Amino acid sequence: MYVYRSHDQQLLNERVAQFRDQTRRYLDGQLSDDEFLPLRLQNGLYIQRYAPMLRVSVPYGMLSSTQLRALARVARQWDKGYCHVSTRQNIQYNWPALEDVPDILAALADVEMHAIQTSGNCIRNVTTDEFAGINGKEIEDPRPWCEIIRQWATFNPEFAYLPRKFKIAVNAVPDEDPALIGVHDIGVQVLQRDGETGFRVLAGGGLGRTPMTGEVIGEFVPWPDLLAYLEAILRVYNKYGNRDNKYKARIKILVKALGAEKFRALTEAEFAELKDGPMTLTAEEVDAMRSHFSAPAYDAIDDQPPALQDALASDKAFNRWYHTNVTRHRQAGYAAVTLTLKKTGRAPGDITDEELEAVADLADQFSFGEARTTHQQNMVLGDVRQDQLFTLWQRLDALGFATPNLKLLTDLVACPGGDFCSLANAKSLPIAEEIQRHFEDMDYLHDLGPIDVNISGCMNACGHHHIGHIGILGVDKKGREYYQITLGGRGDKTSRIGEKLGPSFDTEQVVPIIARLIDLYVEQRQPGEQFIDTYERLGIDPFKERAYATDH
Amino acid sequence: MPQIIKDGVVVEDTWIHLSNEQIEQDGLPDSGDVIVPLSVWQAQKEVLLKRDGAVGVCLAPGEEPAAIAADLPRLSLVAVSFPAFKDGRGYSYARELRTRYGYKGEIRAVGDVLRDQLFYMHRVGFNAFAVRADRDIHDALNGLKDFSVTYQGDANDPRPIYRR
Ligand code: SF4
Repeated sequence: MYVYRSHDQQLLNERVAQFRDQTRRYLDGQLSDDEFLPLRLQNGLYIQRYAPMLRVSVPYGMLSSTQLRALARVARQWDKGYCHVSTRQNIQYNWPALEDVPDILAALADVEMHAIQTSGNCIRNVTTDEFAGINGKEIEDPRPWCEIIRQWATFNPEFAYLPRKFKIAVNAVPDEDPALIGVHDIGVQVLQRDGETGFRVLAGGGLGRTPMTGEVIGEFVPWPDLLAYLEAILRVYNKYGNRDNKYKARIKILVKALGAEKFRALTEAEFAELKDGPMTLTAEEVDAMRSHFSAPAYDAIDDQPPALQDALASDKAFNRWYHTNVTRHRQAGYAAVTLTLKKTGRAPGDITDEELEAVADLADQFSFGEARTTHQQNMVLGDVRQDQLFTLWQRLDALGFATPNLKLLTDLVACPGGDFCSLANAKSLPIAEEIQRHFEDMDYLHDLGPIDVNISGCMNACGHHHIGHIGILGVDKKGREYYQITLGGRGDKTSRIGEKLGPSFDTEQVVPIIARLIDLYVEQRQPGEQFIDTYERLGIDPFKERAYATDH
Repeated sequence: MPQIIKDGVVVEDTWIHLSNEQIEQDGLPDSGDVIVPLSVWQAQKEVLLKRDGAVGVCLAPGEEPAAIAADLPRLSLVAVSFPAFKDGRGYSYARELRTRYGYKGEIRAVGDVLRDQLFYMHRVGFNAFAVRADRDIHDALNGLKDFSVTYQGDANDPRPIYRR
């Protein structure tokens, strides 16, 4: 994982001092609300329904055990003893006091963490596949490129006041999109041609009010030109993005309005000026970044060791968990383990201070002291020896982290919604809980197989409802909470925007309607078909018919 | 006389910054250095150049440097206005003036210009700042010193950190 060099730490310390002074001037009345707003947002600080919310950056989802313990300390000392994993792999605190934020940032800076550009109209945290570096299908580790992009984006002076927020994701797996690059403002696909790394660069994807997938702008950008190409796109966006209407301000609207052709021409013109200039990446820099992400000291061991096979044969619960929550690893004898943070009755993605510390201990003992956050609001121990899986599982089970529901219907994704967020149209957490309660039977859940359910409390789509196989969106109708359901979205093999089922539903109707949709799938599925396969074979009509049938 | 920050120090501002309305009402002053809107420059280039005094042009958001690229040798100042500090187009304009057009004269930020944006502004090529009149300009000066570390190259030093 990236280890700070002295200048990185220096920068962070200066940032803490800067924000401390800005907060002081705000509290003294020297900065107006309006003036302080973008400053605090660019430091991840929102004013929410009840208290400020502080979003801490977790670059491409990587955390060390030291950082996990620091996050736990912050939760205990300055919050109510828990925090929240967001769908962009960041960590959110729901109850910090504004006056305490500088101290929180100082505590985070001690462990190389910060809240820089986690909000506001600037370039946000760069994300990637949560299994980056251990996914056997990737053509190379995308994280060095993420870090290169992160540094370019950090306090980039030209792009701090963009028309709107800007999200970049990197994917290195061919033919799949685990990083959801198709629905990011810029998506970077790592390619290899004649042994040289390059990138396909997409622009103009995004969820929110007008969801769409990105257009290919750069077919093959050679690696030395990566930053110059990104800079070119940002310049076009900064100059021509809509600044009058915040709903039309994302880059996707600009790409759509100009057309990919024109957008590409503008980008290429900017790029021509930058190409082969000082921004050009050097082999030394890329090598230095790669060395930060070199493989840990794996033992030379075989896949499927006897200890694992024995445990799989003798313990049914372990067996089920293994087949659900354990992911293949590129290194023989190792596996990646997902801890689903989806306890019924608790907000998806929430984790307490003690749990964070427990995960830190487990990371130290089983996974080279590292853990990862996922865009499905879970955590991953990425490098576990297969012969230790059974011991780890027992420990996780004792902590309540061994629920074998990864990717199943109860492993749902939900934004904080109306319970916390002041932008919400409707609550999302109670809906999540109701679904979890309704589908609590593990045998039934496993029989249903993978189903992504995503819930957002409003159009901003923080719960990624557009890409859920079943998406649920809170809408407001004359002051009452309603929910619109979409079907067929995908954020797995590919990024696809779901289709609206029809008129929205009352709060009480949501779960019964979902149960109907699931019933239809069970009746109609062919052997081996997952929910999304059946949906794609049948189309939306039978689902529509079933959902709105009056005799049912 | 109002003050501005120029090249890192607070100095008296010797320029007269004129709006469209002022020029329509009172015409151009006979002498003295003036900053005029782009439209006035485009309409009255010759008149402006014959006056006794230097000329600067002010670009508003949406008015790109390309519009004055050919005129730059004759302009001793380009102002870039920020009607609202959240509108960041001016950052790209200043950077373009320096790196695309190689402009060496004064680039001045005017309008909603505040301490907490000065560091970024300076990096993209502004060397003068007309800090909003209701703010303490000496306090604003501190904004230029927020950071000692930068990752990217900028208008003052094009080398990113990996080439320094
Ligand atoms: S989707 Fe809407 S309600 Fe949910 S967190 Fe985002 S802004 Fe808030």
